[in-house]
Amino acid sequence: MKKFFSLGLVRGILWQIFGTALGIGFIVLVRILMGLPAWKAEPAVVFGALLGAIFFLIGVGAFTDWYKMAMGEEVPEEVDESSLGWRRYFGVSLDHKVIGIQYMVLGIILMSIGGIFALIFRTELAESGMQFLTMIEYNTLMSLHGMVMIVSILVGIAAIMNYTVPLLIGARDMAFPRLNAFSFWIAVPAGLILLSSMFLGGFDTGWTGYPPLSVRAPLGMQMFFLGVSLAGFTSILGSVNIIATVIRLRARNMTAFRMPIFIWAAIATSIISLTATQLIGLSFELVMFQRLFGMGFFDPVAGGNPILFQHLFWFYSHPAVYVFVLPGLGIISELLPVFARKSLFGYKWVAMSSLGIALVGFLVWGHHMFTSGMAEYLRVPFMYSTLLVAIPTGVKFFSWVATLWKGKIIYPVPMLFTLASIVVFLLGGLTGPPNATIATDLHLQDTYYIVGHFHDTLFGGFMFPFFAAVYFWFPKMTGRRLNENLGKLHFWLVTPSFFILSLLMMRVGLLGMRRRIADYDPALGFDNYHLMMTICGFLIAAGVLVFIINLIRSAKSGEPAPGNIWNSRSPEWQVPSPMPVHNYDKEFEVVGEPYDYGLPGSTYVRFEGEEHHDQP
Amino acid sequence: MKHFIVVAILVIVCTFLVYTGLTAIGLLPIQASEQAIVIDELFDVHIALISFLFSLIMVIMFYSLVVFRRRKGELGDGAFIKGNSGLEITWTLIPFIIVVFLAYLGAYSLGEIRRIDLTALQVNVTAGQWYWQYQYPEYGIASTDLYLPVDRQVSLDMTSNDVIHSFWVPEFRVKMDLVPGQVNNLRITPTITGSYKVRCAELCGASHAYMEGNVFVVEQSEFDAWVSEQQSTVVIDPVLRGQQLVQQYGCTTCHSLDGSSKIGPTWKNLFGHQVTLDDGSTIMADSEYLIQSILEPNLHIVEGFPANVMPDFKDILDQTQVESIAAYIESLK
Repeated sequence: MKKFFSLGLVRGILWQIFGTALGIGFIVLVRILMGLPAWKAEPAVVFGALLGAIFFLIGVGAFTDWYKMAMGEEVPEEVDESSLGWRRYFGVSLDHKVIGIQYMVLGIILMSIGGIFALIFRTELAESGMQFLTMIEYNTLMSLHGMVMIVSILVGIAAIMNYTVPLLIGARDMAFPRLNAFSFWIAVPAGLILLSSMFLGGFDTGWTGYPPLSVRAPLGMQMFFLGVSLAGFTSILGSVNIIATVIRLRARNMTAFRMPIFIWAAIATSIISLTATQLIGLSFELVMFQRLFGMGFFDPVAGGNPILFQHLFWFYSHPAVYVFVLPGLGIISELLPVFARKSLFGYKWVAMSSLGIALVGFLVWGHHMFTSGMAEYLRVPFMYSTLLVAIPTGVKFFSWVATLWKGKIIYPVPMLFTLASIVVFLLGGLTGPPNATIATDLHLQDTYYIVGHFHDTLFGGFMFPFFAAVYFWFPKMTGRRLNENLGKLHFWLVTPSFFILSLLMMRVGLLGMRRRIADYDPALGFDNYHLMMTICGFLIAAGVLVFIINLIRSAKSGEPAPGNIWNSRSPEWQVPSPMPVHNYDKEFEVVGEPYDYGLPGSTYVRFEGEEHHDQP
Repeated sequence: MKHFIVVAILVIVCTFLVYTGLTAIGLLPIQASEQAIVIDELFDVHIALISFLFSLIMVIMFYSLVVFRRRKGELGDGAFIKGNSGLEITWTLIPFIIVVFLAYLGAYSLGEIRRIDLTALQVNVTAGQWYWQYQYPEYGIASTDLYLPVDRQVSLDMTSNDVIHSFWVPEFRVKMDLVPGQVNNLRITPTITGSYKVRCAELCGASHAYMEGNVFVVEQSEFDAWVSEQQSTVVIDPVLRGQQLVQQYGCTTCHSLDGSSKIGPTWKNLFGHQVTLDDGSTIMADSEYLIQSILEPNLHIVEGFPANVMPDFKDILDQTQVESIAAYIESLK
């Protein structure tokens, strides 16, 4: 029992409960002292939740080292936590590999929760008419599915970047290990607060939270706003860390164009998260204040403007889409050469295309608002900037297929997921331009076509590459490989059903199905399509379940894989798995290009004290 | 060289098949407005481009996957090719030209569908949770169904009473949000007579899914007849007028007339009975209570029902209208 309470996570949650109660009590006390009625739910719960999150971080120990530093005490530069065994995954750890795995597990948990929400409302949609949900329950589940999945994606990319970036560049750890731990641990109370909205009346606005609807929504709305604002710190602080690590801690001779290509994607993503995340936090906080203090930012009666919110919101939320997909596209570019046994075609172009997408991505947010009634003259420039995104994205596709051309392609499970990513992301990419040319968007805006389009981009740009990355780097994490047969079962359950699902979404959308509706007119004749979509949804869930079973089984008893099982040139595969605590025992120097497969006698890196390192 | 010829042929065949397939299954609803014709032409360009680009990438990819796979017993790596600047510049420049061309077509189509006809019929649209309401200022009439004469442009000036809604008739293609505090304009020229549905496309709260309304496109003569019928019907009986208002504002989406429980309390047998509120107290449902509950619904919350669902009607309805609705509820004993 004592051991149980010594786990950081358990302490954190207990402290969070205590902090929440304290915050609620404080507001009640203040109201009594001011002579107001003691109980008003909204300010009490919001303040309680905020204080609860801070108390969680204190309880888990995320502030401990900083507090010691402020008190002038010594804190160790590096900590060896391996004596803690599995317990280190449940408390504050400074090891980027532990934090990466913590992120991965949290990401998969959130993904499962978001997925279960989708299955529930997908079942409701299988037939027209309302079956077993009420309208407000449907809206809450649909809205939470969106935001929980978004947080799970942000956590998922943090998982991959945290685990791989220091390994790929030969660093002992991230630049700021304590900040790194803090960024992870703030995501936990943020996630709890976000999910608590379900029990506080829910909310019915979708993940976009547009006012005035979000001003009138139940109390759950505030938990949604607060949870997302806190989760934003994970992105902002995490990206500071990635950028600093890449700039400062690369191995000797690893010049910009000799970095593994995934590092370029991680940098591009981090630039966006660092500079844009504030805007979604800000826009949500403005609505929070409008609700709490009656500040009429978006209330036309008080001189506010509801369209202003949409500008602030999409200024982050469009670039955010590129935050979600750029790491995934980086994984595709990283893994493709390994399994095609051929050099990445046009390295510099692929690297620059990531930055190109990131920069153009900042100028396109208005395309979400073509029907909002924003100033008419703004619509055309936003159309041009939006279509420009197609060019760097196209460069990536052409480079990928050119990489495959004349390779010697092999098909283990990570490659299957990489290839599926390309096909799915191509569908997502090609269905984009009709949303950009304004006239066609006037038909498509707010329909199921959009739902299909962005599920394609997010599955192709995040989900499938995430699976590929886990299958690829799992042996590095555990020293064991994931079962190939279960991996293939996972692949074949998920991939065909996903194609059917997203293509049908687009089909019904074009024919008149709106998005975010709890029920649809049976006269439209969509019942059969929706039934098929629901079945596909369950097949995808079955595939993910197989994946989770595979993870647990293989971590315990998978086939041992201590060496370079993928025959990769990358530095992390030149040392035994699992990785030692502070990564490389010997430092390495970059002596070649990262992807020169097919060039006899060349290597990418050479370890200290080693004259020759032959690449098989 | 052989590879390139095979791939080129496959790309052409595949493009043709995808394009024919996509156009054959009927992707869009019927074209019932002049704007729809312009928009569908642009859709057609998109579908052709999508068919070509999809085939191009997929054919090269799957061709490579089959032809350049590592065969049994083979070891070794693929050909050592690191890139080709000429190719990279080509596949940057050609898409750039296509993109600019597409954007030009997009701007041109936007111009076409926003073309202003000075003889357009003016209709003011007001939406709220969860109803559509139309005013015809030229004729001094209002309606909850949208009647439009065929082949004449209509200029819809649209605003909202509460949250953001969006006006969309899929057969007309075009869509525009209704935003509180501002007026957005949408122009439609219906070309085919018949009945359609306007469906709210912007999430607007619990009953968003059911925020649908009738749109009738009729011959000019039929439209004129409908206008004069509307002008002559002036309802004097408050109960009947109340019933009309209740339909107009969609009150029965939430309040049942048959005693069943929906989002709000039922109106059956409501008048003259004691109502239990959420703080445990009771109140008599008399005319004063009903009128107050319509004007400021959050003043008294009935036990078992959520607050902040029903909008305040004090800025929407005038005194006579509220009294008429109360009279109608009173009649539902």
